[in-house]
Amino acid sequence: MKFGVIVFPGTNCDRDAHHVLSTVFEQPVEYIWHEDTDLSSFDCVVLPGGFAYGDYLRAGAIARFSPVMRSVERFAQSDRLVLGICNGFQVLLEAGLLPGAMLRNDHLQFRCSWVHTLVESTDSPFTSACDQGQVLKLPIAHQEGSYYAPEDLLERLERRSQILLRYCDPEGRVTREANPNGAVHNVAGLRSEGGNVFGLMPHPERCCEPILGGTDGSYIFRSVLGTGVGGRGPGAGETRTQYPALSIRNVEGNTQNPEPRTEIRGNR
Amino acid sequence: MTVSRQLLEEVALTPEEYDLIVSKLGREPNRVELGMFGAMWSEHCGYKNSRPLLKLFPTKGPRVLQGPGENAGAVDIGDGLAVVFKMESHNHPSAIEPYQGAATGVGGIVRDIFTMGARPIASMDSLRFGPLTELRNQYLLSGVVGGIAGYGNCLGVPTVGGEIYFEDSYSGNPLVNAFCLGLIKADEIMLATASGPGNPVILVGADTGRDGIHGATFASVELNERSEERRPAVQVGNPFLEKLLIEACLELLQADYVVGMQDLGAAGLTSSAVEMAGRGGCGIDIDLLRASRREKGMTAYEMMLSESQERMLVVARKGCEGKVQQLFARWGLHSDLIGVVTDDGLVRIREGEQVVAEIPAPLLTDEAPVYYREGVRPAYLEELHRFDPASLPQPADYGRTLMDLLASPNLCSRRGVFQQYDHMVQTNTVLLPEQSDAAVLRVKGTRKGIAITTDGNGRYTYLEPKRGGMIAVAEAARNLVCSGAEPLALTDCLNYGNPEKPEVFYTLRESVLGMAEACEALGTPVISGNVSLYNENKGSAIYPTPVIGMVGLLDEVDQAMGLAFRQTGDRVVLLGQSFDDLGGSEYLKLITGKALGEPPRIDLGLEAAVQRCCLGAIRACLVRSAHDCSDGGLAVALAESCMAGGLGLECEAGALERLLQRDGCRVDAILFGESQSRIVLSLDESHLHALERLAGEAGVPLAVLGTVGGERFRLGGWIDMPVSEMRDAWSDALGRMLQGTV
Repeated sequence: MKFGVIVFPGTNCDRDAHHVLSTVFEQPVEYIWHEDTDLSSFDCVVLPGGFAYGDYLRAGAIARFSPVMRSVERFAQSDRLVLGICNGFQVLLEAGLLPGAMLRNDHLQFRCSWVHTLVESTDSPFTSACDQGQVLKLPIAHQEGSYYAPEDLLERLERRSQILLRYCDPEGRVTREANPNGAVHNVAGLRSEGGNVFGLMPHPERCCEPILGGTDGSYIFRSVLGTGVGGRGPGAGETRTQYPALSIRNVEGNTQNPEPRTEIRGNR
Repeated sequence: MTVSRQLLEEVALTPEEYDLIVSKLGREPNRVELGMFGAMWSEHCGYKNSRPLLKLFPTKGPRVLQGPGENAGAVDIGDGLAVVFKMESHNHPSAIEPYQGAATGVGGIVRDIFTMGARPIASMDSLRFGPLTELRNQYLLSGVVGGIAGYGNCLGVPTVGGEIYFEDSYSGNPLVNAFCLGLIKADEIMLATASGPGNPVILVGADTGRDGIHGATFASVELNERSEERRPAVQVGNPFLEKLLIEACLELLQADYVVGMQDLGAAGLTSSAVEMAGRGGCGIDIDLLRASRREKGMTAYEMMLSESQERMLVVARKGCEGKVQQLFARWGLHSDLIGVVTDDGLVRIREGEQVVAEIPAPLLTDEAPVYYREGVRPAYLEELHRFDPASLPQPADYGRTLMDLLASPNLCSRRGVFQQYDHMVQTNTVLLPEQSDAAVLRVKGTRKGIAITTDGNGRYTYLEPKRGGMIAVAEAARNLVCSGAEPLALTDCLNYGNPEKPEVFYTLRESVLGMAEACEALGTPVISGNVSLYNENKGSAIYPTPVIGMVGLLDEVDQAMGLAFRQTGDRVVLLGQSFDDLGGSEYLKLITGKALGEPPRIDLGLEAAVQRCCLGAIRACLVRSAHDCSDGGLAVALAESCMAGGLGLECEAGALERLLQRDGCRVDAILFGESQSRIVLSLDESHLHALERLAGEAGVPLAVLGTVGGERFRLGGWIDMPVSEMRDAWSDALGRMLQGTV
């Protein structure tokens, strides 16, 4: 499966996304410069985290006008997969490829920490490798991550099961206390109506190797890989393939023993 | 002398220095030249007070690729890789405008790193403030933290640690010392040298504005009630532009179009042009009319002294200038061809055809005056040393004292601060502060890890400067060792008051001597650094505060060691020996409100042995946690290991009594004294014998204290309380102080 990682000026998680896809999951990956417009060779396009155009004006507000975004729109219309992580999620919202908007965190500060998220639906190419109701421990790092949508839109999103991830406590309870930014309905990740576009505030690319303190991010990438070449939109869960047990690698292929590291970091 | 005293004050030069300029130049300098001399001969750029002292530091070692003198130092870590690192102060700007002062401090140190061709992979910040009971200090803390977060997060360089201390002496003059580390292939290090007459000189990045004029001289005088008026001397940062510069410059260096590169920091275009020419032994000819400006009507003087941020000076290979400018344009960066390298050794500044300044480069750099100042031992030392710990009653309730310490400003959790920093971006962060004594990063493509720590106890240095310097180095090395790393080298920020005061100079000299001695003993050379003098507010100096940024190497990053107790049933042991070291302790500060007595003694031989033993035990996979005893002493160290692991501890009364007898000291000294060279380890019972043998061979005292387990923290008959209660007191304290509810 061939991945493209879009680089806007100010993107700063492009190398992380590239690393995880190429080195951990051993997939072909190329960077896509924001002025490039030919996406025809890719099966999945990733909009990584960072501060595209410095997040000046509003996160994602300038990046949506980059030449590549017209192509991303067409790419999404062709039912192929688009994954927006953190700033990439913000860009997708600004571009109208996902519904709703992002507000500043309710506590007004940047927040970098581990959170728990509840998998609300596995009927998606981005969560098909998860179990319904599974809790994923993922890192967040953002200042503008408080998802907002008006009531009628929220109602529609809920009805169509477009909310794939919700902030929750370690036991999977969706509570106000477990919400790190004030997002409505604890929304952490959202899919498009067609199902092939997914945006999430947490950073799955930061937790696919045991040495980094967790591997739950790999469920997202395994889901994407499990859909095979090209997305199939909603219903991809039916074609869900069991991806082989991952050998997590630290670049050189030295297989890590996951056990001790997670213990050290268990106090988060 | 035909220059007014007022004009000299503006450029912070003395009449004697002016006469020296006239005699060296063979004529009176014009206004522009005078400004350039003022900046280059300032303490900040010229180190005129500290240069003789800095020579005392060991700067060489088998792994050192680049010592002091460049934008940053570099150390070989094997596998064809090197780390480049440096620390720099941004104290005065942060005192006036905390957000931008701290933000541009981060921006400046990051530029120093990628100027060398290295990709910045981690930052740290060592901060000092006055007590949070004052609103102004709360404002400074939140502003500084916000600035570091705002700038560093946007760059995508993780802020992986640092430290914050609160002391009265930093009220009004906070310290903001920013550290950055970069990674590079060892044979690709780029130097900031102009060479090859005829090679074009390109200025890239932000347009030049009127911000930051006189920043270098501002940094070299005392703060006073009129300092607020210097707010315009504080620059405003644009992290987005800096991010573009990082990517463009690193790409540029891969292409071999460039012979030298230098960032524009303190003293702006003046220092970058002069230093590049000076290092290359050549001249440089610059036409200011070709440089883009933010505003109309800027004079040559303003252009040369502006400290507008996010600018770089690049010397390209002749004929490559078009390609260089194209590459910058692709990253959306504006660049101007402003000059050329010459062979006459002159820094020549023109406005079109008209020459506005012409000075031989060495006059501004190597020939800057050097002052060998006299130091006088401050009288306060004897008075404070007279304090006798024996006069102190034992606390009525050791548990209560421990709780108070855990909730005190200098010991409580920093989570509220570091969760504002993106500490995970770049996906290398293996261990964070509060998880380990040092931050540990993996090096992708290898099995290695890098450990980083910053450290410096101003109170110890205030109470006995030489010992304070030694302890700063020793403790930094101990932190690295506890994380499983072998210490390699260090960078430092020397933060002191006005060196023209003999008492202040004494503290500077003595602590440098102490640091140098510890560097020799522990094999950690100084490869870069920065001096910040004139840290005074309303006539009184800050605590003399040397801050160390030390870097270590793990051959196997899998061996990175945390401080948390991890396994019920593990045995807990203490390496090292305790004395009646109550002087200068947090405990003493807590109960008397004062800095008193002599700081803890330190035996560098024992220190090295304890570190060898600890590192040997970690490498032999004997231990499950390691944590050094520092601020707050043994009880606080044990409590931190419990809180981090969510596990209790049972120390048998007998074990503690034996320790008390062996070391022959007071109960409060054992619990809360800050004796150096002590490390708490936890390990499986089955490894205890091997550890004892290791300690025996190294000549290190070892005592078994107790066993990990349960939910309570029990130290013999002295302390018994739930770990959860300690955790509550410790984790929320800083937030409560900021909300003014304490």
